[in-house]
Amino acid sequence: MQYVMLIYLDSQRWSTLSTDERNRVHQECGAWHEALVKSGHSRSCSGLQPPSTATTLREAHGKTIITDGPFAETKEFLGGFEILECAHLDEAIAIAKRFPGLRVGTAVELRPHVVGNECKD
Amino acid sequence: MTLGELHREHYGRILASLIRAVRDFTLAEDALQEAFAIAVAQWPQKGPPPNPVAWLLATARNKAIDQIRHRAMAAHKHEEMITLATLEESAPEPADTLRLIFTCCHPAIAPEAQIALTLHTVCGLTTEEIARAFLVPVPTLAQRLVRAKTKIKLAAIPYSIPGDDELPSRLSAALHVVYLVFNEGYSASSGTEIIRADLCADAIRLARQLVGLLPLEREPRALLALMLLNDARRPARTDASGDLVLLEDQDRTLWDRAKIAEGTALLDAIFSHTSPSPSPTTAWGKSLRGAPYALQAAIAALHANAPTADKTDWPQIAALYALLAQLTPSPIIELNRAVAIAMSGHLENALTLLDQLDLPGYHRLPAARADLLRRTGRFPEAAVAYGEALSLVRNDAERRHLQKRLQEVSTSSP
Repeated sequence: MQYVMLIYLDSQRWSTLSTDERNRVHQECGAWHEALVKSGHSRSCSGLQPPSTATTLREAHGKTIITDGPFAETKEFLGGFEILECAHLDEAIAIAKRFPGLRVGTAVELRPHVVGNECKD
Repeated sequence: MTLGELHREHYGRILASLIRAVRDFTLAEDALQEAFAIAVAQWPQKGPPPNPVAWLLATARNKAIDQIRHRAMAAHKHEEMITLATLEESAPEPADTLRLIFTCCHPAIAPEAQIALTLHTVCGLTTEEIARAFLVPVPTLAQRLVRAKTKIKLAAIPYSIPGDDELPSRLSAALHVVYLVFNEGYSASSGTEIIRADLCADAIRLARQLVGLLPLEREPRALLALMLLNDARRPARTDASGDLVLLEDQDRTLWDRAKIAEGTALLDAIFSHTSPSPSPTTAWGKSLRGAPYALQAAIAALHANAPTADKTDWPQIAALYALLAQLTPSPIIELNRAVAIAMSGHLENALTLLDQLDLPGYHRLPAARADLLRRTGRFPEAAVAYGEALSLVRNDAERRHLQKRLQEVSTSSP
């Protein structure tokens, strides 16, 4: 069973942190991820550059419209994601609970991962 | 035992065992429904099998196996097939029901769906019955149930009793749901019977399992005590025609003394290290902070141990309700407190308190007002309040009781 762990940063809270504190959180997140790779719970994690670097595509009246910026402008933004390999939701919750970003206002969303053309019910 | 009785008493237990094996609520429910349908068709002619519960479990299991084969999803259904094939053909496992409760009450399930799902799967209540109890439209409730079941399946919410680290934080939801099951049985929200003894017995059995699981926790024991003390009065709560008998009119020799003794002993053990004081506002009050079930059990113990209705310690009961209201403010608790105040002899204070309460659609508030008005001799006002209560009541036995009272005050009116 795979879960995608979506990591949402609180931009306001994040901006109040000192550089040292941010580096520390990054470092701890790195260690958290390394431990998951070792235990076989994760193969890869993906960090994302901030929303200011995003480009959004939509289609309207048969034309593709390309705009600067994220799909939705919100206080919280998707900062990255991790694919977890777990037996069930409780295991994924236990891993997510240890995510160091939680203590600096990051929210984590766990969603079952649909692989290939697996039926969705 | 008729099929209807079998369905009532064993549906939840059989379903729990099936769910453990297939991990799919809908598949398990469909298979069990099919098994009951076959029983309806076959038993009247052939006669029931020697062990009807085992037969239902085995038939449902075979139906589930057929269904999984039919889906032909061999690869990752293999494990379930093995579990299913080895599922014992004897009685369902009691721990399965507890696993099912913790699954239904998982924090990843919306709170309003947790209770509905438990009542539906563990107690076998229909969508219609639950919708009526929660005062929500049937389609809304049906949608909630479907969403919750789908989430359990797709998000792989485990079908297990949580580990030691998670258990205490998950316990309160489980206790709450067990108590709701008991209440549904003790005061059926709908139907022709006021009491559903099967649900009361289920809830007590589940509470015993929770006590066994967490012998050092106070609230599971307090909940068990509370339910035993209430259930002890059950034989006296209805008369021969199924009508409700008020606490003060009950034949106390019908009360189950063994249950009262067990409930009281549990409660004594809870308080033994805090040296209970006769005044609940002092020592008990302090030790009961954060203990809603212990407070309610203490109230039930005062009722159950009173030799006669006249000798009930109503002032102490009113004081315990006041503590309970502080802990978990609710108009229902205030309603009960008002009744206790009235029984202490302060009818006017109680009426004033009732006038401040707002419980739209709940028949017990006008019923309590009507009763107090009757006791103060204000019969015409009482008649109006009985009428209001009658327009809201859903249970037939309670309706008959209210009608009897309405007749009394109407014929006594000047």
